[in-house]
Amino acid sequence: MKVTEKDVKYIAALSRLEISEAEMPKFTEQFNQILNYADILQKVDTTGIEPTFSILPLYNVLREDVPQEGVAHEDALKNAPAVHNDGFKVPRVIE
Amino acid sequence: MKNYITVIGLEVHAELKTKTKAFCSCSTEFGAEPNTHVCPVCLGMPGALPVLNKRVVEFAIRAGLALNCDIQKFNKMDRKNYFYPDLAKNYQISQWDEPICLGGHIDIRVNGEKKRIGITRIHMEEDAGKLVHSGLTISTSDYSAVDYNRAGVPLIEIVSEPDMRSAAEARAYMEQLKAILEYTDVCDCKMQEGSLRCDANISVMPEGATEFGTRAEIKNLNSFRALERAIEYEVERQIEIVEDGGHVVQETRTWDDANGVTLSMRSKEEAHDYRYFPEPDLVPVNLDQAWIDEIKATLPELPSARKERLLAEDVPEDNADIIVASKKVADYFDAGTKATKNLKALSNWLIGDVAGFLNAEGIEIDNPEFRITPDHLGELVNLIDKGVLSSKLAKQVFAEMLKVNEAPEALVKKLGLEQVSDAGELGKLVDEVIAANPQSIADFKAGKKKALGFLVGQIMKATHGKANPGMVNKMLMEKLQ
Repeated sequence: MKVTEKDVKYIAALSRLEISEAEMPKFTEQFNQILNYADILQKVDTTGIEPTFSILPLYNVLREDVPQEGVAHEDALKNAPAVHNDGFKVPRVIE
Repeated sequence: MKNYITVIGLEVHAELKTKTKAFCSCSTEFGAEPNTHVCPVCLGMPGALPVLNKRVVEFAIRAGLALNCDIQKFNKMDRKNYFYPDLAKNYQISQWDEPICLGGHIDIRVNGEKKRIGITRIHMEEDAGKLVHSGLTISTSDYSAVDYNRAGVPLIEIVSEPDMRSAAEARAYMEQLKAILEYTDVCDCKMQEGSLRCDANISVMPEGATEFGTRAEIKNLNSFRALERAIEYEVERQIEIVEDGGHVVQETRTWDDANGVTLSMRSKEEAHDYRYFPEPDLVPVNLDQAWIDEIKATLPELPSARKERLLAEDVPEDNADIIVASKKVADYFDAGTKATKNLKALSNWLIGDVAGFLNAEGIEIDNPEFRITPDHLGELVNLIDKGVLSSKLAKQVFAEMLKVNEAPEALVKKLGLEQVSDAGELGKLVDEVIAANPQSIADFKAGKKKALGFLVGQIMKATHGKANPGMVNKMLMEKLQ
């Protein structure tokens, strides 16, 4: 087992996910399954092949610097859980 | 106490002067009502796809070339993952391991000493939104209101090598960098508005040590003054810790300008596990050498070249440094050189009386409240050179020029300040003063040189400062010998 429950807890915390103690073994196992599969891929000889950053056969998709209307202020705030002074009201967050 | 060496590296974020955001077509205009320049992309709506602004790439290349960097042909964007409400997506699009520019430098001059500061890299990324806290500080607030107008505004982050050894060097680097970004017109460089921001990595090590000390990163440096003060404070703090046998903690600290201290931001360790990975919503960019060359051909004269030009025109180096540090001031100076040939005097006025006025008023040279045109300043210099005005009277004319936008020559007449250079008139005054002050004449003849000054002073007084002091001096000497 490469990934331990401690790793899973850490990653869950970074992702703001709650994983119960009961679910822990299942997630830990699945994490390891994923990594084991990656290990198989690691065995492929990739000498001389550049890393693939994008699987699309596309480059240089760029946009001209011309402003366009976005969404209306009221519509934007419809997605806010709460509104204060025209802003998205969020709980105090200390980084 | 041992001697300590300070090691400083700067990370500078410059907002690019594009019309639209980095990955969507929302306006980047500053000062709009909260959440009016937003769209599904910068609000992080599921399914919304970013498209890179061509101008962002162009400006990053432009800045990189001006900062002597190598432009990297292959570019990709990466996700920097963190949970903080200033970005609705919960990640920032940035560049991680393949920045657009590598290996540049800036030349600085501190106390007459030249030094080259290395630039490690420049990468493109997006700015975050603004949090307005309900209380006075974040810790006394119950909640915050987020404005996403700034979210997605393009930035370049310019990372220096840890090459600076004092607050003065850091300031000089920052001033040079600001000048270059201004000249290349990629950033409006308003530190107070946050379009140019600076974080400083600071550590200290005992003299002779081979390894740098543990560094602290200081944020919230919104002015050159804050940068200097924060470094001075932080260096002292770290030396004290080391002297007391302690260890400096690697952490992020914020500069409290009002109290003049740096404070720990008590970040959780995990907050800095950003888990970068290539941004799957954006395709890579392969830069064409022809495009890079094209951008290179449009680079303007940079501060260093401009300074060389000024030095060749007899402007003292200290003056030249100050003038070229601001493009607006340098442009004003260039305009003034059309009116006068005495560039040394012009530069002295500019960094002396003009800068004094602007600093006192807290305005920039292109502010309409500063009424003196470059032509008029050049003409004022000429009036002194021609002997029409003494330098003392020129100050009076200058004071008037600050109030009304009129040519100095007209103001000299209006104020009745023409210097008296008429030999007949002055000769009469000289005779009168000699006749009225026999004691001073005797003193002078007895070797008291000071007496001459008194006599000159009497004549200046009689003419309300308008007598040509050079002529008065000469005529007095002739009569007395």
